[in-house]
Amino acid sequence: MDGFSKSIGGGGPNVPAGSHPAGGSQAAAGGGATQRTQYPYVTGTSVIALKYKDGVIMACDTGASYGSTLRYKSVERIKAVGKHSIIGASGEYSDFQEILRYLDELTLSDHMWDDGNSLGPKEIHSYLTRVMYNRRNKFDPLWNSLVIGGVKKGPKGDEKYLGMVNMIGTHFEENHVATGFGNHLAIPILRAEWHEDMTFEEAVKLVEKCLLVLLYRDRSSINKFQIAKITTEGSTIYPPYSLKTYWGFTHFENPAQGAVGSW
Amino acid sequence: MSSIGTGYDLSVTTFSPDGRVFQVEYATKAVDNSGTVVGIKCKDGIVLGVEKLVTSKMILEGSNRRIHSVYHHSGLAVAGLAADGRQIVSRAKSEAASYEKVYGEPISVKDLADRVASYVHLCTLYWWLRPFGCGVILGGYDRDGPQLYIIEPSGVSYKYFGAALGKGRQAAKTEIEKLKLSELTCREGIVEVAKIIYGVHDEAKDKAFELELSWICDESKRQHQKVPNELLEQAKAAAQAALEEMDAD
Repeated sequence: MDGFSKSIGGGGPNVPAGSHPAGGSQAAAGGGATQRTQYPYVTGTSVIALKYKDGVIMACDTGASYGSTLRYKSVERIKAVGKHSIIGASGEYSDFQEILRYLDELTLSDHMWDDGNSLGPKEIHSYLTRVMYNRRNKFDPLWNSLVIGGVKKGPKGDEKYLGMVNMIGTHFEENHVATGFGNHLAIPILRAEWHEDMTFEEAVKLVEKCLLVLLYRDRSSINKFQIAKITTEGSTIYPPYSLKTYWGFTHFENPAQGAVGSW
Repeated sequence: MSSIGTGYDLSVTTFSPDGRVFQVEYATKAVDNSGTVVGIKCKDGIVLGVEKLVTSKMILEGSNRRIHSVYHHSGLAVAGLAADGRQIVSRAKSEAASYEKVYGEPISVKDLADRVASYVHLCTLYWWLRPFGCGVILGGYDRDGPQLYIIEPSGVSYKYFGAALGKGRQAAKTEIEKLKLSELTCREGIVEVAKIIYGVHDEAKDKAFELELSWICDESKRQHQKVPNELLEQAKAAAQAALEEMDAD
């Protein structure tokens, strides 16, 4: 899904003249009909997140690839939204920047009410689901998988929230989520080892375990990660750091040993 | 001062022989008869205060806001016809939002004042529109520091360090001039504004009023917001105490 070049509607049907081309459309040669195929260009890889005792912890690497080239190595793919939430994105980075702009407008009008209320993670998740699903229905998706996590006071006290929405509008809420390769590599680990009310240290250890597996096995990941947490006190995005990797396996030494060849 | 503009005051597109546009002057009367609105520029921000005259005991406290946020960094306090004021606020919000969409950065308070003034002025140019019956005090805090502007129904806008509109504006301006604004912090400013508003409120003519205070300062992280409740109560208490002291003399 994310990171793979795919065209929607293939050599597509000609869109009737009445419709307006939204951003991202490519006009077909010969003018008139526009095709809304889209390819992601600069993409981020997996994001993983889980609920723990004080709130939600989210982590991802800081890389953005341009196809198979690891073009940008210091990209922040997790951002704070309002007072109660953090959002992480994988997929097309420019679409994530656009989503952040939509969220800026949303939080601005929320702020201007000045009525003591503020948007929580559930509301932001709901808003983004509408945005993503409606764009998909216009064949002009925002090519992202988004993870929204946060804590907000509800009728039953502080309620933690963690949800995901992707480019086709599929959305759900869970105790732990992952996008992209994380779905295949991190979710099994999280399912086995996540439990209710983990401490921050336990949560970081579990997250690092997943990140390490992704680093070894996902070719578009890099060894530079950022962890973010959101609690009732607010959001914190920690500075990037690297994990220790081990490559000293015997089979990695002298890799050309059993090779057949004339030299 | 007020002359009868017989015949020359029927339309906003008619000048009088002595070069006045009476309709605009009449609009200003609406502002002059409203509850007092005060704004001061302190050394670390702006404080806006409104004497919200309560017309009925049935009205819920905190409703009918007269001070509105226009962008993160600015607030608009309205004197005069409240509904007209809402329209101006709405326009100011959309100007600020569209500026950011186009230029990628927050609108400066100066540009915002210019745009609001242009809009208010617009409604004095056509006979099918009427001028706005409200004056606004725009307070904001941007890269150039805290700034205070008044936009009048005629569409003029000036920058001030202390401003007042409405019934008690003369008395309020006198009080503001006594303050050493360059040394005042916003925390102290809140108390001063509360005192001024309590002071100019005419107990005989108008019964009850509600004090609405807002600020934009370093303490509020340069965001426009209602003054936090504890500070509001402190300011009200100090203002009441000052009033009693004055009455006792």
